[in-house]
Amino acid sequence: MANFPIEEQSSRSGVHPLKFSLWLIIISIIMMFAAFTSAYIVRREEGNWLEFDLPNILLINTVIIAFSSVSMQLAYNSAKQNSLGRLKLMLMVTLGLGIAFLIGQWYGWADLVQNNIYFGGTGSNPSGSFLYVLTGVHGFHLITGLVFVLMVLLSSLKYKVHSKNMLRIQLCTVYWHFLGGLWLYLYIFLRINH
Amino acid sequence: MSSTDISINRDVHHAHEEHDHHHDQNFFEKYVFSLDHKVIAKQFLFMGIFWAFVGGFLSVLFRLQLGWPEATFSFLEPILGGWVENGKLNPEFYLALVTMHGTIMVFFVLTAGLSGTFSNFLIPLQVGARDMASGFMNMLSFWIFFISSVIMFFSLFLETGPAAGGWTVYPPLSALPEAIQGSGDGMTMWLISMALFIVSQLLGGVNYISTVINLRTKGMSMTKLPLTIWAFLLTAILGLLAFPVLFSAALLLIFDRSFGTSFFLSDIYIAGQALTNTGGSAILFQHLFWFLGHPEVYIVIMPAMGLVSEVIATNSRKPIFGYRAMIGSLFGISVLSFVVWAHHMFVTGMNPFLGSVFMFLTLIIAVPSAVKVFNWLATLWRGNIRFTAAMMFAIGFVSLFISGGLTGIILGNSALDIQLHDTYFVVAHFHLVMGAAAFFGMFCGVYHWFPKMFGRMMDEKLGFVHFWFTFISVYLVFMPMHYIGIAGFPRRYYNWTGFEAFNIFTDMNTFISIAAILGFTAQFIFLFNFIYSIFRGRRATENPWHSNTLEWTTPVLPGHGNWPGEIPTVYRWPYDYSKPGSAEDYIPQTVPFSQTQSSNLPNEKDFE
Repeated sequence: MANFPIEEQSSRSGVHPLKFSLWLIIISIIMMFAAFTSAYIVRREEGNWLEFDLPNILLINTVIIAFSSVSMQLAYNSAKQNSLGRLKLMLMVTLGLGIAFLIGQWYGWADLVQNNIYFGGTGSNPSGSFLYVLTGVHGFHLITGLVFVLMVLLSSLKYKVHSKNMLRIQLCTVYWHFLGGLWLYLYIFLRINH
Repeated sequence: MSSTDISINRDVHHAHEEHDHHHDQNFFEKYVFSLDHKVIAKQFLFMGIFWAFVGGFLSVLFRLQLGWPEATFSFLEPILGGWVENGKLNPEFYLALVTMHGTIMVFFVLTAGLSGTFSNFLIPLQVGARDMASGFMNMLSFWIFFISSVIMFFSLFLETGPAAGGWTVYPPLSALPEAIQGSGDGMTMWLISMALFIVSQLLGGVNYISTVINLRTKGMSMTKLPLTIWAFLLTAILGLLAFPVLFSAALLLIFDRSFGTSFFLSDIYIAGQALTNTGGSAILFQHLFWFLGHPEVYIVIMPAMGLVSEVIATNSRKPIFGYRAMIGSLFGISVLSFVVWAHHMFVTGMNPFLGSVFMFLTLIIAVPSAVKVFNWLATLWRGNIRFTAAMMFAIGFVSLFISGGLTGIILGNSALDIQLHDTYFVVAHFHLVMGAAAFFGMFCGVYHWFPKMFGRMMDEKLGFVHFWFTFISVYLVFMPMHYIGIAGFPRRYYNWTGFEAFNIFTDMNTFISIAAILGFTAQFIFLFNFIYSIFRGRRATENPWHSNTLEWTTPVLPGHGNWPGEIPTVYRWPYDYSKPGSAEDYIPQTVPFSQTQSSNLPNEKDFE
């Protein structure tokens, strides 16, 4: 009995169930950051809020992650056109840019510490702590995204990603664009509220 | 956080799938790390029942203290050890008891136990799917819940006790280990356990939603779905939107507790010494918490509403009254649940104008709730009612929902709430409307779907005994609580004998405690019935209740994949009971209109 792989069930909405699930997960991540940023605004309105300059490196990081989105999209397009060499290259570029972004964020934190903006402890203010939390939680999700990119890269090395097998890279592209967009939102949000 | 899990493990999932179809499953694959939604549902059910007994036992312990404040409880020493000093319950342990009772019942029983069991069990069976959208995520959801449960259970045995700052864990009490013993390791474990719990709920919820949206069988349009599925779908959406916010709040609280940040802490003096934390806002936590907390009460009650709608229609042998109004009211409740959270915070010094806005929004919820109650009563009206045990609990649910809902209208008014805030009136209200009512919905579901879960029937007579004992003791416990609440009796007080005004309620409190113990004892009837029936119950047929929905077209014990052959096609809505002109008093969803020409309505002639 039951010789029907569940994957083969037809989907009613025309979207693959896993892709649909990914969108739902993205919604839950959005809700998490909505909570953080609204808490940020509410808390800021109450006063006793330390104002400080954002590290300049954040702008560079923003550019880096924007480029990584472009390279991810190129990787996706290459997979669609079955140009597997370019696919691998673009995935590696994305991976490299993602790691560069994380390193950049780390330097951003170092910058903050040099300006005596601490995460916790004596002399810390929620304004600084919020910045660490926003970047930190985003960074954590970016690491999960990097793991995903790595997985796709590994399967592309085994020639498992091509125009007939697009699901994996499709999911990865959606997630990666989302992480880039999320950072863009956070950066603009922080710029406006500083 | 949950994001990578599916992505990373998608490969693993594939491997498992293929594996399943080539070999027989061994014991671990079949019963422990199963990907089958029915097994996972049972795992959630067993865990839920276990937790319900733990939570109930804790409530009996603090009812002993409240009912007999002068008594000595030396007989509890073998169980509680150091928490009983000279025959007296430790006051901080009392706080830990109420905290853990609330946490366990709200999250582990009525969220994971209820949604986890019935969403998992019924969604694929009732929409006509072979399994959930991702069986692996589903399994992960249970096992993360299991780890979370283990951590929470372990925290009960810490020397400093489990979390004791109330199930709402308001800082600064919960944030400072100096404040109370329970805010030490117990609170840390509470937060870790809840963070895992949220991940588990999100994984489950994502699955429920994408299964309902994507994997419905042929012909199963959204307006042919049973109301159970609508309720589970909207519950999962609420969870998906609300739980991440609690996760944020918990994360910030973890940082405040362990990393020295000051999100929720400011200007606190302990023993004359100022803490270094400045700039935090304790009210901020309450906003974040209740943004989850209020939808959470609907996450608890809506699955029960769905189960009850289905059971009432089946056992009244009548179509559900106002099918679309039922869906509409579920929608209304879901939307409104996100814009009323501040009615939990009327006494936080909120702007009175803002308070009145939240008051109006809160009172509007009475409308969809009343629509649902009206429709249940109208379904029962002149129905050909069969009083099965499940039906008794369904009717009990409606009764409790009405009695508890009426006091909600009182508490929704900010002027009245400020008077009644943190009294037993509030306790009575929410225990009736979401605690007991959701439990009744859960019992109703277990009695009704037991034959499909285990292939055997539960004993109806024991079910009746269980119902009447539970129903009567619920009212005996919570009705008197309204009175002591109106008199101003505050909740969470360990000892009230020092207050002259409250001494006159000693008898009432003793009465409540006796009723509570009676109610708890009655649950062992259920436990016996449940376990006995799994092994020795009367064997069930495929469709013992003569019900219309798809799960009853499966074999008595559906295997992995649910239907041995093709998945059946759906032709009609699930509530064709007692249709005039039909030979039987039920027409399953799989019967095409061409076979029921005698009973088709004029507008259904086209489908023949």
